[in-house]
Amino acid sequence: MRHLINPMDLSTEEVNNILALAKKIMANPEKYAHVCEGKKLATLFYEPSTRTRLSFEAAMLNLGGKTLGFHSADSSSASKGESVADTIRIINCYADIVAMRHPKEGAPLVASKYSRIPVINAGDGGHMHPTQTLTDLLTMSELNGRLENLTIGFCGDLKFGRTVHSLINAMVRYPGVKFVLISPEELKIPAYLREETLDAKGIPYKEVSNLEAVMPELDVLYMTRVQKERFFNEEDYIRLKDTFILDKKKLENAKQDMYILHPLPRVNEIAVEVDDDPRAAYFRQAQFGVYARMALIITLLGLADKEV
Amino acid sequence: MLNIGGLKQGVVIDHIAAGQGMAIYEYLELGKIDSCVAIIKNASSNKMGRKDIIKIEGPITVDLDTLAVLDPDITLNFIENDAIVAKRKVNLPETVTNILKCKNPRCITSIEQELPHVFKLTVPEKRIYRCVYCDQKYKEAGL
Repeated sequence: MRHLINPMDLSTEEVNNILALAKKIMANPEKYAHVCEGKKLATLFYEPSTRTRLSFEAAMLNLGGKTLGFHSADSSSASKGESVADTIRIINCYADIVAMRHPKEGAPLVASKYSRIPVINAGDGGHMHPTQTLTDLLTMSELNGRLENLTIGFCGDLKFGRTVHSLINAMVRYPGVKFVLISPEELKIPAYLREETLDAKGIPYKEVSNLEAVMPELDVLYMTRVQKERFFNEEDYIRLKDTFILDKKKLENAKQDMYILHPLPRVNEIAVEVDDDPRAAYFRQAQFGVYARMALIITLLGLADKEV
Repeated sequence: MLNIGGLKQGVVIDHIAAGQGMAIYEYLELGKIDSCVAIIKNASSNKMGRKDIIKIEGPITVDLDTLAVLDPDITLNFIENDAIVAKRKVNLPETVTNILKCKNPRCITSIEQELPHVFKLTVPEKRIYRCVYCDQKYKEAGL
């Protein structure tokens, strides 16, 4: 039984197959409108996440399947003290595939150990969010036209941003990839990621604190939110928060074929004036997310080979 | 040096950091076995200055390599018919279950107490173990 708990659970070949299927779905969505007829997706969301849950539900509905589930721990038997293992055993009786979001890290892994149906990690605390990674990969593959030989700038909170960590881990598997890590000193990527992934694999990267200076080098600019609650004192936050607001002026030196990604939600780190720039890809990225999840559901249900 | 009788068959756990012998004894639950067990504390050692040693008579069923997680300098001497038949360092196990405890308050193990605490060796040369659930690095070396 295949599950998707960690983005690295998938080999490069499997990722490429999912991305290829997602592109086929994009090109001809009608062809896939009944692929999951008679199948049910259970969305087990122990904490609220409107966007991810709706993206999963839209994906399953687009494939002709149905959805059921709960949207907070309060409305599940977790509030009565039921373990994840027991809950997943019960859900196995009701559904064909599960998407689980849980505030505790590793909960979807526990579920997968007791499940006879595929479990997809839809976000476990600050740990992993593999379908966001697939979404990011699909967005770059589609817009940039490749995943190899890209210079990717990550900007903002690189310390706590799980989407950044997962995407770095996924991208180091493609040749010719370089990273430009743009953040305040306080929010640099964690040491383990630098030592165990970037340095260990000899991946070229640089850590800088000025976005404009590196802008001309980038093929992708992945923006993240600088979160106030991460700072020990408000002065530092106020000093730094506006440094990383992306506006039209900062984009002046950017390549014409660079794309701006953001896992959303956005607060103020991308000025609204940027939304109309053809390089702003963050809303299209959300659309790609539905296609990535459609391809993943088809793949994990073992229906990829049965395409019409 | 204090003279403790040799073993006919068994294992000598050598080069235990001085003062840690009892902790290893407790970890291996040697108090529960019927075999003859000797703990030597603060034995002199050319390599370590002082060391602890545990001698266990008879067969032992515990995976002694798990000791590497607690003290990587430990060596094992296997005795048969009064002679050392094998001598080796402990090897870091790929996975350890219920030896290290995950202390990450965001980990699922923090709320589901019946779950086994499982750690995987991710960087052998640096002896880095990570929780399989949350990837938290086990920080405290030794016992």
